[in-house]
Amino acid sequence: MSLSTEIPTVAPPPPTEVDVAGRSPGQLAWARLRRDRVAVISGGLLVFFLILAVAAPLVELLYGIGPYDQFQEKLRRSDGLPLGYAGGISREHWFGLEPGSGRDIFIRLVYGIRTSLFIAVMAALLTSLIGITLGILAGYLGGWVDSVISWLTDFALALPFLIFALAVMPTVELRFYGPRDEVPTWFRVAVLIAIFAAFGWTGMARLVRGQVISLREREFVEAARASGAGLGHMLFRQLLPNLWAPILVSFSLAVPAYVTGEAALSFLNIGIRDPTPDFGVMIFRSIDWLQGDPAYVFFPGVTIFALVLAFNLFGDALRDALDPKSSR
Amino acid sequence: MTLLRVEGLTKHFPVRGRGLVRAVDGIDFAVAAGETLGLVGESGCGKTTTGRMLVRLLEPTGGRIVFEGRDISHLGRRDLRLLRQDLQIIFQDPYASLNPRHTVGRIVAMPLEVNGIRPPGGVKQRVRELLELVGLNPEHYNRYPHEFSGGQRQRIGIARALALRPKLIVADEPVSALDVSIQAQVVNLLRGLQRDLGLAFVFIAHDLAVVRHFCQRVAVMYLGRIVEIGDREQIYERPRHPYTRALLSAVPEVTAPARANGRIRLAGDVPTPLDPPSGCRFRTRCWKARDVCATTEPALTNGVACHFPEGDDG
Amino acid sequence: MGRFLVKRLLSATLTLFAVSVLAFLMFFALPRDPVTGMCPKNCNPERLERVREELGLRDPKIEQYAAYMKGIFVGRDLGSAQGGRCDAPCLGYSYVNSEAVTDTLARVLPVTLSIVIPAAILWLALGVGLGMVSALKRGTWVDRLAIGFSLTGASLQLYFTGAVLLIVFVYQLKILPNPHYTSIFDDPVDWAKGLVLAWVALAFLFSAIYARLARAQMVETLSEDFVRTARAKGLARKAVYGRHALRAAITPLVTIAGLDVGAALGGTVITETTFGIQGLGRTAVYAVRGGDLPMIMATVLIAAVFVVLANVVVDLLYAAIDPRVRLR
Repeated sequence: MSLSTEIPTVAPPPPTEVDVAGRSPGQLAWARLRRDRVAVISGGLLVFFLILAVAAPLVELLYGIGPYDQFQEKLRRSDGLPLGYAGGISREHWFGLEPGSGRDIFIRLVYGIRTSLFIAVMAALLTSLIGITLGILAGYLGGWVDSVISWLTDFALALPFLIFALAVMPTVELRFYGPRDEVPTWFRVAVLIAIFAAFGWTGMARLVRGQVISLREREFVEAARASGAGLGHMLFRQLLPNLWAPILVSFSLAVPAYVTGEAALSFLNIGIRDPTPDFGVMIFRSIDWLQGDPAYVFFPGVTIFALVLAFNLFGDALRDALDPKSSR
Repeated sequence: MTLLRVEGLTKHFPVRGRGLVRAVDGIDFAVAAGETLGLVGESGCGKTTTGRMLVRLLEPTGGRIVFEGRDISHLGRRDLRLLRQDLQIIFQDPYASLNPRHTVGRIVAMPLEVNGIRPPGGVKQRVRELLELVGLNPEHYNRYPHEFSGGQRQRIGIARALALRPKLIVADEPVSALDVSIQAQVVNLLRGLQRDLGLAFVFIAHDLAVVRHFCQRVAVMYLGRIVEIGDREQIYERPRHPYTRALLSAVPEVTAPARANGRIRLAGDVPTPLDPPSGCRFRTRCWKARDVCATTEPALTNGVACHFPEGDDG
Repeated sequence: MGRFLVKRLLSATLTLFAVSVLAFLMFFALPRDPVTGMCPKNCNPERLERVREELGLRDPKIEQYAAYMKGIFVGRDLGSAQGGRCDAPCLGYSYVNSEAVTDTLARVLPVTLSIVIPAAILWLALGVGLGMVSALKRGTWVDRLAIGFSLTGASLQLYFTGAVLLIVFVYQLKILPNPHYTSIFDDPVDWAKGLVLAWVALAFLFSAIYARLARAQMVETLSEDFVRTARAKGLARKAVYGRHALRAAITPLVTIAGLDVGAALGGTVITETTFGIQGLGRTAVYAVRGGDLPMIMATVLIAAVFVVLANVVVDLLYAAIDPRVRLR
């Protein structure tokens, strides 16, 4: 028996070269995010809302009631309030009925999520696209390009958003449709998205510009320049990969802002109009029924609260995961 | 054979409402092929600006940079691209000089990618060779910068600079951000590369100790000017400019016996390059300064720019 | 400082000028016929024609704009149907309200001021206080409670909290009258009773946001070197936190507060609509619904003036506190 049989028990395992792939900053952030309880819960809630929005017609099929179906026979003749307790909650109508119209609140909420998320996500995408482009251009090129874009940013911030949006909506509608024409919903949706984009790009542009200016002076950018890199390589290969983190965070916080904004405009009866299912429209209608049917405001109010809260929580968690230093 | 020649090189930065910062104010030097020149001075003396101009990250305000007999100081974009294959730079901060979102492989391959070069055997093979050359494990190709130490990161930066097989590398304080124990390893690596590949170096440093064992020639800068330039032995054994002596006396000597005249402490701070002193720029801190120093700027003659150089007065 | 002031005022003037041009283009030049928006149904054609004539809509656009601007600065003569002479800050005549626009504004501006200013005091005190306490007691249940409050508040919608407040305090408990406006000079108690719900609703939303900001700011300041140095020097906790940290933490908050107050003055649209109080915001909504062009134009301009002025004031305050700002 030689000594060698005993040695392996104390000798360290031979050096392995298995873990050579390394973990990218993105993968590390993902791992951190998955360990964060708040992120998992709020993310789960968001996925739930998203599925609900996408699968709204399926929900309608299973539920058996459409968003435009009216149940006038279940309303009190005298004042139009739903019969039964808490706004007419029953086995058939989980969240009760709308007073006056007698439409089912639950299915209208499901479709309302669809309307709201579609507008918010599209607006966030569009603003991000514009904001990133202009921000990178301003930050990287500097000079007069920067001056012009920065002035535009300040200008857009000086416009009182709600009042301006309020005033612009009907004007635009009037431009394309006569005062007596019926304005189709898709057109209102498109105008809403366009208004959000026109006002909303400034935040992203500012953020990206600041990031680019700080990155521009970093030595790895100079290294690329010293190797003869052109503008395209600079922007897309060197800068953009370093911008994803703040862009992602900003995007995830922009969506709830647009959900809120869309609901606010519709609440003012300027954005989406009845009968299209929408949070803002429902709350707008509910204000007139507060005294007789307090339950009517409750469901859309709580749903939009849950949606926005989930987005905000997830956005915060994402920020912490992408930039561990920022967390307390 | 002269590889690089610099004549009257100048860089002025305008500061809004307050005139010009004369970061580099007319300097001359030359570097032969395969030679190493040290560029030494305190922070703010213009050495980094000089390095950035040599690789044309900054456009000179005046003067000429002649590389292989060609004036490159105002080359256009296309010619610059070709030039950059011969002239590369290593940066000071190994944490800022590597793109944190790129793998080591991508970082080192970047100069090849940018210039559309496909080396025989493939990019990957070439990157592996480069990593091996700078003493890194070639299997770490797919790792990210954050997984490496400062010294290893600096090696990655060196590998990147070598990717295009340049003739001259500007090393901008390549070791000053590193631990002292690591500094020697990186300097030794650069020495080995210089010897094996016949590279020329302009090695920028803020103290004379680091360049001593690496540079054949040394230039000392002060407030945008070269105050003394010469061979290693000359600078370290027989310094003639008072500023060089002051810098040398600040280098801690462990082995050599303490110098007779002890340590020279310079009075005051470096004056602002916005408004440099008249005549000799060093006069405000010089213990030998006389009236003439305030009126006439000493020219760089016989490698020293001083009215009263050491050795002349016995 | 003087130069900075002049520069800042110049750029503010330029911004306002640009807003006025944009607004003019949007509302007077973009619609096919601005007047048709004013009476969508069964309007007397002769009356329309007269209105067109009186508003000068047949003149070239530039002349119309010049006349409008001239009215603001030196006054102008409107037709006899519009009340004849219209003095210096002349914003035109509203056919819908049958009075000069400035008269309407003089009536509704005090309402909006009465809503925003007390609410702002409330939200600043509440938000900053809560943020400070939660930063100092970091990690305790107090902190967690405050974080929960601010997350909830920031995700709630004004119209929803408003509706809940109305249901609870006005319709159910009946301890408050229906929201309304009385001048503070006539009856201060009734003034407060009529507006308190609006203050609370606004303050709830904004204090949540401010608590969050104040906490983050304070946590960051507390970890900075100068605070630790002050602590290490042996200064008492109270002195350090009170004198050093609070000031450093509060400065950025002042900026945001200034901008928010400016924006709120320009548009408490949602608050006023929810509670049915006739201020500037609700006037804007009515003007938009009624197609009242001169009124729309005026509310947009006034709101922009508030936002831009708030920006200037904040910048000047900042420049006074931090001299480096002036160099930019």
